Amino acid sequence: MSVDQATVRRIAHLARIKVSDDDVPHLQEELNAILRFVEELASVDVEGVEAMTSVMPMPMKKRQDIVTDGEIADVILANAPEREDHFFKVPKVVE
Amino acid sequence: MTTLTDLTLAEARDALLRKDFSAVELAKAQLAEIEQARALNAFITETPAKALAMAEASDARIARGEAGPLEGVPLGVKDLYCTEGVATTAASHILEGFKPAYESTVSANLWRDGAVMLGKLNLDEFAMGSSNETSYFGPVVSPWRRQGSDTKIVPGGSSGGSAAAVAARLCFGATATDTGGSIRQPAAFTGTVGIKPTYGRCSRWGIVAFASSLDQAGPIARTVRDAAILMRSMAGHDPKDTTSVDAPVPDYEAALSRGVKGMKIGIPKEYRIQGVPAEIDALWEQGVAWLKDAGATIVDISLPHTRYALPAYYIVAPAEASSNLARYDGVRYGLRVPGKDIVGMYEETRAAGFGKEVRRRIMIGAYVLSAGYYDAYYVRAQKIRTLIKQDFDRAYADGVDAILTPATPSAAFGFGEKGSGDPVEMYLNDVFTVTVNMAGLPGLAVPAGTSSEGLPLGLQLIGRPFDEETLFALASVIEKAAPKIAPPPKWWAPPVGFADTLP
Repeated sequence: MSVDQATVRRIAHLARIKVSDDDVPHLQEELNAILRFVEELASVDVEGVEAMTSVMPMPMKKRQDIVTDGEIADVILANAPEREDHFFKVPKVVE
Repeated sequence: MTTLTDLTLAEARDALLRKDFSAVELAKAQLAEIEQARALNAFITETPAKALAMAEASDARIARGEAGPLEGVPLGVKDLYCTEGVATTAASHILEGFKPAYESTVSANLWRDGAVMLGKLNLDEFAMGSSNETSYFGPVVSPWRRQGSDTKIVPGGSSGGSAAAVAARLCFGATATDTGGSIRQPAAFTGTVGIKPTYGRCSRWGIVAFASSLDQAGPIARTVRDAAILMRSMAGHDPKDTTSVDAPVPDYEAALSRGVKGMKIGIPKEYRIQGVPAEIDALWEQGVAWLKDAGATIVDISLPHTRYALPAYYIVAPAEASSNLARYDGVRYGLRVPGKDIVGMYEETRAAGFGKEVRRRIMIGAYVLSAGYYDAYYVRAQKIRTLIKQDFDRAYADGVDAILTPATPSAAFGFGEKGSGDPVEMYLNDVFTVTVNMAGLPGLAVPAGTSSEGLPLGLQLIGRPFDEETLFALASVIEKAAPKIAPPPKWWAPPVGFADTLP
């Protein structure tokens, strides 16, 4: 399988990465090089094989459903590029 | 006379306890070396004030007889580990200026045991790379050079800063991470020892995530013993990482003297691949001979799905990365670039904040996870991953204790020599190491010789799940048998007397 330029633009939008018109041709080339590289996987017989979900099978520990932390809004906001009071600030989403 | 920084970690640890010198003296000696080695670009952030404060605290604990297992030992931390109050960048523009309010579990374990932090080490951006050329803060230069040449050589990646700093004696050991070979390949390129432990042996909490089902923390050090000492402090259960195993941490250092008599070592025929230089095969044969001489039995084994590991990795790893890196949106931390609306802000921020290789991998990941392609790519790759793991399971069920392979398909290369046209050319560096991540197994790279050009070469040992001890025992045998490689000459240091001429 290979991607065309429209698909490159669609993937970029899915990934929320802006691409310029100049970027599209070489991105298309690079993505297709990777897709060619993984092509041989199509020839592997995977009939009846279970997809891996856990590389080291072990029972997952569950935490108690209790509050262990909190009241640290200032700490959480400390790295925000823009904030107001105890909120992250973003461009207007709702008119 | 040996300078303090030429000691091994084990020697420094023992000398500190004997009070031959103080932790502050050792930290100062180490900081002076770092200052002289800025040409290597191994550190993104140096933390001299923190190092001296921690060293003072170590001296106080030593005086009180309360020394921890790593008391006063200066270490470097890969800048993928979050460190409280100290900038953590993942070598990316998108995280520039980010100061975590918390400490990663693994680095916290090291400080608990008395280690001293020297600073944060350079890496490929988000650990995506095999040469350290993708760092936003510029590439790391290897302390090694080809014989009779001053061409700059890459230290490997992604833990290139860690490997270069350890090889250049800028720290006694360093933390690193390995998703497809990022500990073992740079260790092999710089003549250092690196171990990626079994998935789950170390907590991933507080380490910037790349591909969560493959990422593991581990150390890079100058000797097998030093790596074993660090491994013991780094490993352990962490309730904050549900994939970390709740099992006791063995004394890895004690495993070094176990010997390998009677061990069965597998040699996988699929690792003999076309186009690999003859000196790599010769090194492998040499490794076989050393282990045989030490009493191990060598058996030929087959891992039939080996060739599919690298392509399957380039589906699984980007898929997980595209999901993990979705969090960099310009809202909670790091860079924000304004856009015409909120989606525009995301797109501008991520275009400006991520480098070329990271953008490429996120896009591949988004593609293989998108509607209509998920089964054909992602699910198929995860099935192939099961087959790769079953290959190893079968070998171990047949009684093999560990597997010996080359660590890399070549010695280190020069800047810009690989992957500039075709990204796949760079990916092929991980052909021997990536299978281990796909199967979650422990893997160790140990120096074993030099190339015809005088650059270090390493061998890889692959173990059973959670049997890192066997790897340390085997690596110790190879380390003893291998020719001693002299450390690289300090070409990076300013000329002697330079400082005296300053006003």
